[in-house]
Amino acid sequence: MLAAGMGGVRTAGDLVLRMQLAHKMRIDEAKAAVAEKLNVSLSDLTDVVVMSEVREDLGIGLCHVEPSAQENNGMEAKFRISQKLGIKINSVERFKERAGLK
Amino acid sequence: MTEANKIFTRLGDGSGIWMTPEEILADIEAGVADAVDRGKIEALTSEEKQKIYDIVTMPGKIVGVEPGREVVMSNDSGAYKINVKSGIPMSVDTEVLVYERVLGCDSVDVGNTDYNYKTAKGVAKREASKLKNALNISMMPLFYGAMPNLGFYTQPDGPVENWAVLLPDGKIKEAMAAQEEAVHHAVRDMVYVAEQMYDVGADGFQLDTSGAAGDADFLAALQACEEITARFPGMGVEIGMAGEFVLGMHGRLKYKDVRLAGLYPHKQVKLAEQAGASIFGAVVNTNCNKSFPWNIARVCTFLKACSEVAEIPVHANVGMGVNGIPMCEILPSDVVSKADKAIVEICRLDGL
Repeated sequence: MLAAGMGGVRTAGDLVLRMQLAHKMRIDEAKAAVAEKLNVSLSDLTDVVVMSEVREDLGIGLCHVEPSAQENNGMEAKFRISQKLGIKINSVERFKERAGLK
Repeated sequence: MTEANKIFTRLGDGSGIWMTPEEILADIEAGVADAVDRGKIEALTSEEKQKIYDIVTMPGKIVGVEPGREVVMSNDSGAYKINVKSGIPMSVDTEVLVYERVLGCDSVDVGNTDYNYKTAKGVAKREASKLKNALNISMMPLFYGAMPNLGFYTQPDGPVENWAVLLPDGKIKEAMAAQEEAVHHAVRDMVYVAEQMYDVGADGFQLDTSGAAGDADFLAALQACEEITARFPGMGVEIGMAGEFVLGMHGRLKYKDVRLAGLYPHKQVKLAEQAGASIFGAVVNTNCNKSFPWNIARVCTFLKACSEVAEIPVHANVGMGVNGIPMCEILPSDVVSKADKAIVEICRLDGL
């Protein structure tokens, strides 16, 4: 993970993998798609310093954060991820059904 | 103690060895040639072989990919490695958070510690409940994972006759029939488990070590994938292979008119695509008696051929005994990181 991974929620690895799952995108295409949705460059997409700020601003979750009312993680972050990436996330959809939101 | 003009590396069983530059180059050539011969695929270019040499001989315990070349990671048997294999007591959902927020994973799979679908089927709803708890508190994609493991369907543990017993007795037709029947049971179980996981919101479904019991095992994974992706389109399926070569335990099984026995990764991936898989987990076996340079050169040759024809993401399975990783329980980070770098940068894969 240290040697070759994007680092998950430290940067945008979770988002890129979601594009692979949802649209079967190869890695370059998936990275480009996520970068466009987040309005960042490709080089910024794998930069933990840049992406920490982007994720905090968008409310799409961080790996660790000073607890606060503004902090988003878990299901609430996934709602925002679904919205930002324009994809359906299965756990979000099932949550909506079970909570009577749809 | 170092030896003059020699470079430290390892054999496929993990033991350390010292090799001269000439020996390393020779092993790289031999590894590539072996893959070309077996897979009937193109060799690596001179530049790619040189890059393998450069990576193998890099100083330092850990090497990394070039910035911007990072890929994403999926897993098998993820969410029991800490609480079961490392003996650190924690619930599965806590373990998922450790993977997400401490280890920097892009995803993880939740599964039964008896990691096969025959067992999982019996407790599928409880497994789903476990997964749902984790999904509620995590951000990264979560899979449910297990192995098709066709052998579990044979007597005395399962309903069908054991073809490993029938074959040595010369009962070929009976062995083939037993495998065909086992496929039916396995597909039914995998689809049932998939339904439970989809219902609680799984992002992905992992069919790990597909083909472990040969061509019938691979067929079960393909048929299950086809049905799962048709019925539950919101949940991607990853077909992770057991080995580089589909063993013809049956010999005559086909999927979409393609005989399964004898397929290598560049052919396996095309069937996974047709079955609707979102991710293909390619595997090349590690030869314990050969050096890491030999193994990783061979791996890169096979995986490059696979990646070149793939239309879905390819994640190389870089675990114990596969894709250049030594066959030992506790993995040495030196060769693991070098294998990762070589596979990502030479083969242009989409993940590990």
